[in-house]
Amino acid sequence: MRRGARPAGALAALAFAVAFAAAGTADEATSPQPVEYEQLLKLLAARRHGHVTFTEVQRLAILDRPLESSGELLYDAPDRLEKRTLNPRAETLVLEHGVLTAHRGHRTYLMPLRDYPQVAPFIESIRATLAGDREALERLFRVGFEGSLAHWSLLLVPTDARFARAVREIRIEGERDAIRSVDIRHGDGDRSLLSLGPEVSP
Amino acid sequence: MTRPGGAATPIWAVLAIIAAAIVAHASYTADLSAFLPRSPTATQQLLIEQLRSGPAARLLLLAIEGGSGAERSQVSAELARRLRADPAFVAVNNGDAAGLERDREFLFAHRYPLSESVTPERFSAAGLRAAITDSLDLLASPAGTLLKPLFTRDPTGEMLGILDTFRAGRLPRAAEGVWSSPDGRHALLMVQVRAAGSDTDAQQAACDTVRRAFASSLGAIPAAARPSVTLLMTGPPVFAVASRALIKGQVMRLSALAALLVAVLLLTVYRSLPALALTLVPVASGALAGVAAVALGFPAVHGITLGFGITLIGEAVDYSVYFFVQQAADWQHSVWPTIRLGMLTSICGLAALLPSAFPGLAQLGLYSVTGLVAAALVTRFVLPAWLPRELAIRDLSGLGARLAGALPHLRRTRIALVPVALLAGAALYAHRGTLSHRELSALSPIPAATQALDEALRIEAGAPDMRYVIVASARDRESALAAAERLAAPLEALVEQGAIGGFESPARYLPPLAVQRARQASLPPPTEIGARLREALSGAPVSASRLEPFVLDVERARSAPALTRADLEGTSFAAAVDALLVRSADGWSALLPLAAVGSGDLKPGAVAQVRAALAGEPRERTVLLDLKAEADRLYSGYLTEAARLALAGLGAIVLLLVLALRSPGRVARVVAPLALAVLAVAGVLVALGGRLTILHLVGMLLIVAVGSNYALFFDRSSEPPGRASLPLTLASLLVANIATVLTFAVLACSRVPVLAELGSTVAPGTLLALVFSAQLSRPQRPAAPAAAAAAALVSAR
Repeated sequence: MRRGARPAGALAALAFAVAFAAAGTADEATSPQPVEYEQLLKLLAARRHGHVTFTEVQRLAILDRPLESSGELLYDAPDRLEKRTLNPRAETLVLEHGVLTAHRGHRTYLMPLRDYPQVAPFIESIRATLAGDREALERLFRVGFEGSLAHWSLLLVPTDARFARAVREIRIEGERDAIRSVDIRHGDGDRSLLSLGPEVSP
Repeated sequence: MTRPGGAATPIWAVLAIIAAAIVAHASYTADLSAFLPRSPTATQQLLIEQLRSGPAARLLLLAIEGGSGAERSQVSAELARRLRADPAFVAVNNGDAAGLERDREFLFAHRYPLSESVTPERFSAAGLRAAITDSLDLLASPAGTLLKPLFTRDPTGEMLGILDTFRAGRLPRAAEGVWSSPDGRHALLMVQVRAAGSDTDAQQAACDTVRRAFASSLGAIPAAARPSVTLLMTGPPVFAVASRALIKGQVMRLSALAALLVAVLLLTVYRSLPALALTLVPVASGALAGVAAVALGFPAVHGITLGFGITLIGEAVDYSVYFFVQQAADWQHSVWPTIRLGMLTSICGLAALLPSAFPGLAQLGLYSVTGLVAAALVTRFVLPAWLPRELAIRDLSGLGARLAGALPHLRRTRIALVPVALLAGAALYAHRGTLSHRELSALSPIPAATQALDEALRIEAGAPDMRYVIVASARDRESALAAAERLAAPLEALVEQGAIGGFESPARYLPPLAVQRARQASLPPPTEIGARLREALSGAPVSASRLEPFVLDVERARSAPALTRADLEGTSFAAAVDALLVRSADGWSALLPLAAVGSGDLKPGAVAQVRAALAGEPRERTVLLDLKAEADRLYSGYLTEAARLALAGLGAIVLLLVLALRSPGRVARVVAPLALAVLAVAGVLVALGGRLTILHLVGMLLIVAVGSNYALFFDRSSEPPGRASLPLTLASLLVANIATVLTFAVLACSRVPVLAELGSTVAPGTLLALVFSAQLSRPQRPAAPAAAAAAALVSAR
């Protein structure tokens, strides 16, 4: 849409190089998938509900300081994901049946994911992992599995060029059926790290 | 039978040539607007204009079905490319990246004059801080990836605000890079035709072009996939073309069929080709005169009117039947006066339609009156001169004698008419609440399946039929836009309260000049913006120096010329503004369609709230219209008018009979069977669950018009001196009635509702009129020698 100057400093260039290198390793990490990968997806699929705290740190090249936020993350199998940000400002994001709804103050924004393919990998990566939805995961990403069921790591690299411009790679780490962190490296070198805490008792 | 002077034939020939010339040069239309009102209020007029020729009337909605998503997308792209190259189309939109890109570029370039949130407060230090903090929150969200490229130029998020308000415009979803139905089964395109909506020929050409372009566009996908990929097309142009084709096809086919059936009937009866040929002369003359009269009296002859022409076959043929079958020695004195009175009663009835504000009815009235007069006059003055000396038609005395013999039996069953009347009356009374159809859609010739497809595609495209529209009128464009702009805040409040789902406004795409200037003036000058930004961003994760592109854009927007309609050219907003800001009778009108919350219509409470929101505007200039109610009210008005006209016609008929027959008893005997026939038909129609439309009323008028001939003949045969033969009269009535029932039965089979309704009313109605007339007829007085002869004939058998 715009052709204006984009601030791209050394930091961005560095991030780009790092991301590129990471993508290279992803290539090597592809099939054949270990047995643990299958087991992990089954384990994740068996989990119907989740409610954890989160903190998120986003480092964007256009900003001088990282953006930090925290709140709670709720999941109901297979396709409802709710991100309740409590700090620094209250905001609720709900993904349900492929539509992302944002509640900010008394306003509500709707975002059908199929209309915004660039946004899809940011959310589908988490949702599909939580759901153990192998079909959705492998439709969007080349998936690399590392580690063991007790401590695993999934490296997701977008297969579609359009997504790749937005997301370089996503590394999801976890222990058995619990996700611990989601590390997203953006196509432009920006990076966001979502860390998930322990289960919140209802 | 005496031969009249030789002047009749040359006069007929000259008139026929003149009429043929008029008919050949007349223009014909199948535009449904003939069934829209002619003298509505100014606001209704505006709406009708919009329906007829506004941008909405030129909008085609295309859906590509079958194949894979990628294949549909490729065909959509290729089809759009081909149609964009064709000057017959103003705009072609398929939601492709190129179109979206143009729209987004336009919005981004003009975000400051377009954004509702641009105020002096927003550009104060505190306002900037709040707006930029909001944008930073969004950057952190999953949508951030979309906003990041814009942040340094648009840190206050004006673009997002604009997109948010524009979302009320509900564009279709995108899939595979083109617009798609929510279920992903259809790729959607919207195409605006350049030619006026009322130019059906041009619309037909446009529809054909689209079909051809689609066929060629299939070349974009592999040959194996092509057969499964189809094009669905809807919209007013498709409807106009389809209804014209339907009416044209039906009129031609049904007229031909009715003519054929009548010809077969008459040939069976006459066993004489010359007699058949001569019978058709008055009919053809009547039809020619009728069309010529309508062509002279109206701007265009409607296809439906030609369809009504079939009704003329049914009635005009009666005259020649009476002429040939009742060939009494002094036909002109014994038979003609009855035909003349019958014709005059028909004319009285049908002439009542002439003042109708419903052009379709007025055309029918003029056509029928002229046609009947012409047919009767040709029968009386031209036909006798052409009669060969030895025209031998089959003698119908035998048939007539049998009928005359059955007549007394029939009379004895007249007591059965009491329960008939009671039952019909009871049926009408029981259904009195739902007697008449009060919706305009009752007249539409578009098949229900086609209408369902239209509705389905409109919902898929997020463009449902608008029902509630605020119309704000003003002297000029600018004032109309200003009125639309004033309404935005109260309507926005109603959206917030959840009373309405959303609204459209031309001021959204083209804000009034004063508003644009105010927004420009809200932007801080370059000398101040830097300081304000530094203040706003103290402690924020972004520094003022990173927002240099924003400072430059604001400076550019401050000095930019105001946005005009011309700037919208090439974007999809141009069509929106053209549709929502229209020229009206005394200036300009802004249209603000309202959407309900969810699907369906606005709740009554919401309608009241909207009306309350309009309170600040001048009442006569700004109104909330319920289009459906308005259209139905209009139709309902016509129904009432048609009922009044029909009653006036009946009154005129009774008056004429009183004057001609000079006996209340005879008038009662003529009127009673007709009234009973109408009552019985109406009773059966409502008992079968039907609702009466305008065309049923017209049909009842035709029952009276045609049936009056029967009743009059029965009346005449009971009066001395009965010079005509009763058996021959009966035979001719039976033949004439069969001809009428046949033609109207053909009409009843039509797929055009208005024609079918007319046929299904008149066919049984005229049959009943004949039977009831016979049942209620009085035995012939013995004074008549012919009757005595007939009685002798009967007793001889």
